[in-house]
Amino acid sequence: MAKVLVVTSGKGGVGKTTSTAALGAALAQNGANVVVVDFDVGLRNLDLVMGAERRVVYDLINVVQGDAKLAQALIRDKRIDTLSLLPASQTRDKDALTPEGVARVIDQLREKFDWVICDSPAGIEKGAMLAMHHADTAVVVTNPEVSSVRDSDRIIGMLDSKTAKAEKGERIEKHLLLTRYDPGRAARGEMLNVEDVLEILSIPLLGIIPESEEVLRASNVGSPVTLASPTGAAARAYFDAARRLAGENIEVVVPMERKGFMSRLFGRRVA
Amino acid sequence: MALVLAPEPPLPNWLAALDAQVARAPTFFDGRPVLMDLGALPSSTPDVAAFLRTLEQRGIRIIGTEGAHPSWQGVEAWGRPFPASSKPGRPIEVPDETPKVPSPAPGSDVNSLVIDEPIRSGQSVVFEKGDVTVLGSIGSGAEVLAGGSIHVYGTIRGRAIAGLAGNSKARIFCRKMQAELVAIDGVYQTADDMPADLIGKAVQAWLEDDRMKMTALDSTDTGDANGQSFGRNIRQGRRR
Ligand SMILES: Nc1ncnc2c1ncn2[C@@H]1O[C@H](COP(=O)(O)OP(=O)(O)OP(=O)(O)O)[C@@H](O)[C@H]1O
Ligand SMILES: [Mg+2]
Repeated sequence: MAKVLVVTSGKGGVGKTTSTAALGAALAQNGANVVVVDFDVGLRNLDLVMGAERRVVYDLINVVQGDAKLAQALIRDKRIDTLSLLPASQTRDKDALTPEGVARVIDQLREKFDWVICDSPAGIEKGAMLAMHHADTAVVVTNPEVSSVRDSDRIIGMLDSKTAKAEKGERIEKHLLLTRYDPGRAARGEMLNVEDVLEILSIPLLGIIPESEEVLRASNVGSPVTLASPTGAAARAYFDAARRLAGENIEVVVPMERKGFMSRLFGRRVA
Repeated sequence: MALVLAPEPPLPNWLAALDAQVARAPTFFDGRPVLMDLGALPSSTPDVAAFLRTLEQRGIRIIGTEGAHPSWQGVEAWGRPFPASSKPGRPIEVPDETPKVPSPAPGSDVNSLVIDEPIRSGQSVVFEKGDVTVLGSIGSGAEVLAGGSIHVYGTIRGRAIAGLAGNSKARIFCRKMQAELVAIDGVYQTADDMPADLIGKAVQAWLEDDRMKMTALDSTDTGDANGQSFGRNIRQGRRR
């Protein structure tokens, strides 16, 4: 049974596109058939992060409007052959997305793939609503800061009231992905800590992705971080999150500040 | 308290949503002063004055407008536009979400409403008939409006507005007080006015001689007059 997953947040710039690419690649690296769909019409990014920007011919809007067949618009990843991308249009405006057209495309994708991962635009407008509408599962991407947490709270409310599942009286599965987590700043109280965020949002935790140079480097070379630096801390956190999504039960580890030898020594003495 | 209504285009849809809101809470607007924020309407909107008249026909008492485009005819009739800074206190926005107020099950006590989920930012629960009990938290930017008392078994981070229909005996209880605003029968307090030592505590709030009092629920003198009454008590637009 195919699963449709939306990666959403309310607030912009928190790591939705990065996470869509990393989770999609991680699931595909484990053998699942995955398509990542860019719903950020007019500000498409996913093609860049996936390194496929020079291969885009047709896009989601062409398919929604019936100008292209789905198979013509899908771009298969060159590194992982079970991973595909359905790009957004950079030139069209989001009004070209119709609810009926989106419903039809999602149905077709469900038939072809195990996972359909929709990268939502920021905000709570039409684009974000369409991206979440058909989802079975939502990954709510949140940074450990007050404004991001409140926006996520708002998005969770909408997931529970505005999606197709909610309209049918069913529950949409929701997971929290805490990204750009900086253990040093959390320890110094400059960021919300994990318990605070969990208490406020009260949805299950999918993973904690540390703030990492590797993420920036990966997106600059057009590669999901799970491919570009598979052994780094960020990639490992995404791999774990992908396995949890697939139903495995793995403990979440809160990233800790790597302490120097001296402080570790003193730390032990004092304790 | 003055309400702020901020219509959005397309107006027929917005009016339909408003009517739905009124159908759910028929006395919601009764005698309440309403400020119209017209800033979201495009300057090309035809006949805004007629639209405002439609609202008045629904019994909505408009006391002023803001954000009106200079080219609109006849809007001044509803009072000079308010500069943004003179908004009365912290106005309540009428929710754009469908409040998830489940209709009470047949045979159940219709004077109370129990909500067993968190109330999320942007959501608004209006229950005029009586008490509201929330098993989760009221999120920052969310609100509960009750005709009676409000009981929250989680944290109030948003707004709790009790005693909506002029009930000064209503109270607010919560396991953790971090509210942006609490109000009982029109007397309200914002976070800045609350006693700092009660923030984060289990608290109850009630009215005594038109002043809001608050005390920690676990203190031994709960409920008696030793509760702290704090600095600025503001009553806005006492109804009727
Ligand atoms: N864990 C991380 N460590 C460091 N940088 C990160 C991390 N996650 C994301 N970033 C960076 O943050 C920026 C925003 O990320 P991204 O584009 O994924 O966010 P978004 O939520 O999709 O944004 P938008 O709302 O604009 O679509 C990018 O420059 C990205 O490289
Ligand atoms: Mg993005």
